[in-house]
Amino acid sequence: MTTPAYPELNYLNATHGIRSWLLTKDHKRIALLYLISVTVFFGLGGMFAGLIRLELTTPAGDLLAADTYNKMFTMHGIVMIFFFLIPSIPAILGNFLIPIMIGAKDLAFPRINLLSWYIYIIGGSFTLYAIVVGGVDTGWTFYTPYSTSASNTNVLPTGIGIFITGFSSILTGLNFIVTIHRMRAPGLTWFRLPLFVWAHYATSLIQILGTPVVAITVLMLAAERAFGIGIFNPALGGDPVLFQHLFWFYSHPAVYIMILPAMGVISELVACFSRKPIFGYSFVAFSSLAIAVFGFLVWAHHMFVAGISPYAAMVFSFLSFAVAIPSAVKTFNWAATMYKGAIWLASPMIFVFGFLGLFTIGGLTGLFLASLGTDIHIHDTYFVVAHFHYIMVGGAIMGYLAGIHFYWPKITGRMYPEAWAKFSALAVFVGFNLTFFPQFILGYMGMPRRYHTYPPEFQVLNVLSSAGATILAVGYSIPLIYLLWSLKYGKVAGNNPWGATGLEWKTQSPPLTENFTETPIVTEEPYDYARQGAHVG
Amino acid sequence: MSGHVSPKSMYFTIFGALMFFTALTVGVAFVDLGHLNFPVALAIAITKATLVILFFMHVIHSSRLTKLIVATGFFFLLILFGLTMTDYLTRGIQPNGQKGSMITQH
Amino acid sequence: MVQQKESVTLGMWVFLAQEVMFFGGLFMAYLLYRVWYPAAWAEGSQELDVMLGGINTVVLIGSSLTMAFAVRCAQLGQNKATRNWLLLTLVLGLVFVVIKGFEYYHKFEMHHIPGADFVFHGPNADQIQIFLSLYFMMTGLHALHMLIGFGILAWIAGMAHKGRFSPEYYSHVEMAGLYWHFVDIVWIFLFPLLYLVDRVHHVG
Repeated sequence: MTTPAYPELNYLNATHGIRSWLLTKDHKRIALLYLISVTVFFGLGGMFAGLIRLELTTPAGDLLAADTYNKMFTMHGIVMIFFFLIPSIPAILGNFLIPIMIGAKDLAFPRINLLSWYIYIIGGSFTLYAIVVGGVDTGWTFYTPYSTSASNTNVLPTGIGIFITGFSSILTGLNFIVTIHRMRAPGLTWFRLPLFVWAHYATSLIQILGTPVVAITVLMLAAERAFGIGIFNPALGGDPVLFQHLFWFYSHPAVYIMILPAMGVISELVACFSRKPIFGYSFVAFSSLAIAVFGFLVWAHHMFVAGISPYAAMVFSFLSFAVAIPSAVKTFNWAATMYKGAIWLASPMIFVFGFLGLFTIGGLTGLFLASLGTDIHIHDTYFVVAHFHYIMVGGAIMGYLAGIHFYWPKITGRMYPEAWAKFSALAVFVGFNLTFFPQFILGYMGMPRRYHTYPPEFQVLNVLSSAGATILAVGYSIPLIYLLWSLKYGKVAGNNPWGATGLEWKTQSPPLTENFTETPIVTEEPYDYARQGAHVG
Repeated sequence: MSGHVSPKSMYFTIFGALMFFTALTVGVAFVDLGHLNFPVALAIAITKATLVILFFMHVIHSSRLTKLIVATGFFFLLILFGLTMTDYLTRGIQPNGQKGSMITQH
Repeated sequence: MVQQKESVTLGMWVFLAQEVMFFGGLFMAYLLYRVWYPAAWAEGSQELDVMLGGINTVVLIGSSLTMAFAVRCAQLGQNKATRNWLLLTLVLGLVFVVIKGFEYYHKFEMHHIPGADFVFHGPNADQIQIFLSLYFMMTGLHALHMLIGFGILAWIAGMAHKGRFSPEYYSHVEMAGLYWHFVDIVWIFLFPLLYLVDRVHHVG
């Protein structure tokens, strides 16, 4: 096998200079702009997490004062959720891949795509400003009336930042929906689309229908805080629980904004590395839509102890169980795809295994929290913290890393050192479990979240957790080094290093600015690995 | 799809209907219908909005996809209203079957 | 070209779906407090001027009619008529906003602006402050949408003035029309919900 040549002309070197990047309309370059900015926010959020875990190694509050600690977990949540997890896979991998996967030259509205990156940066700047001038301590949920009348920290600039960034998310979703409807190559019917595209379609629905509600809610919160008008203030006849309803109407589906794209990545990778067509294609596709719709029906399970009516609690508990069904459909289909497959343990697949294990634990512990009785016992304890980290870090970030590794050769045209990648995948898996599994136990034993001190009998598990966080940090940092290294020294990848199906692997790596030299015509069914065979390269 | 050019008379008819309903809703507001005042006002507003959507915005001549998007928007709005009110309207009802006040706060 | 136009139309409708949810949060707050505080709602709504609200309703629906004609003329490639209908729409929009401005000013004089300067006598003062807060946020956000609409109308009217539109190329006008009609629809709900609730009887 001869080493493939690195393509002379591609989107990376088509034009030069900083202006050609900052004013680009190429979806692939915008994806890289997102990659850089999102990574910066990930680093920042990780730093806050590090300080939290450092504080919690001892029972006493000896590193951070109580109010500083409050700011740390607040800013960790805000940065990680609004500025890392929500844009991560859609705005980077979705932006880069959707047009190529459907055989288009670009998204439907390239200018709006660039605009949404700028909106993200402006919103991020507001939030960074709030962090620099002293931070915010309300928790990422901004519960009223604390956030409106009690907290003396920078709620307003943070809220404005989140309000603005929301529109970046909305515009990305709008762009994806129009693109997927209108720009598919001839022959690429809905049921020939990669499942990654289906997952992003479902994600976009949530972004469009959910995000505006949190935007207006933050606006009401800002008005309440600025003028004291009483909408959420019980002293003036307002209802703080209304804020929670409106907030979780978006923020619960937002979890699916984070996990659905990761599920899309996993569907691609499971088929490729099992060398089999995905089992039950239409079930996996429609379960994405089902998750998007059901995701809007369960939000009040965050509010079981907030004073909502027992009848509403029963309804929401039942619906929360229902949303587990489409997630389970996906998981079983992935398992069935791997069954009797020729599994290739390449590094992205190790991340996939990590995802499957951690997402399953995260999903099943979610059922504990959906059960009314159990939830009252473990509400606001570390059990909840562990549960959602298993979904959002174990699920979404594992999926993100799997996707970054799988598509890195397509994005850059070069391979990374495989051994290091495998080591990183294992370090993340081990570090993650060591960090968060003890938190399930701590929570079950009754350790509440959001306190900087705890009784001494919890120390052993907390030290384990902090030690795990150190391993996790190493696991996340290594890819940064070897991926950057690979830009210059990595082996040239060729068009299709994984022998995968799909239009994105039929074009050169890195692709041309216009993606394809001529519009492709699709005649194959999706994931036709029987025909593709085990052939690689 | 939206290349369809509607006759001027159609626009005038719809405008006339909208004016009629505006007068009706103001008039009805001053008539005591008991608990029906609010539902009637809402029904008239929904009728007016439907006329604007169908004829001024040409949805009646638009693709199925456009109709689907309009329906989806309002459907999720109803989810927001419906499930939130599921909580508030059952607040006073106790699990033991006793019915308390609808307004639990005061 | 056809594909481009269809994409723009689809994008606009998706955007409007987003707008529905954006206003939806405020309508949700309205719904809850209307159920909780019917008496305050009735009393608060008496503070609003049905006459001015009614005139504004007629003006705004009228502007929707002129907007619809602007789109129709653009479909037929009549640039001059398109421009004139757009400018008429803009004028009607301005009339609406000016009347709204008078209403706001009156509230300002009465110290009915929610916040530190709010003064209202009676047992329902706090709840009426919530009513008026929602009134100002809903109508304010609506007026903001109109101001953005003015910019769009002026821009599109300028394009029509330069004779840019033809039966094959008029989606700018059509999109501006969809946006304008949406703003009209929001008002169609705001008017009865804010100005007309329980005009005849105060529910205890």
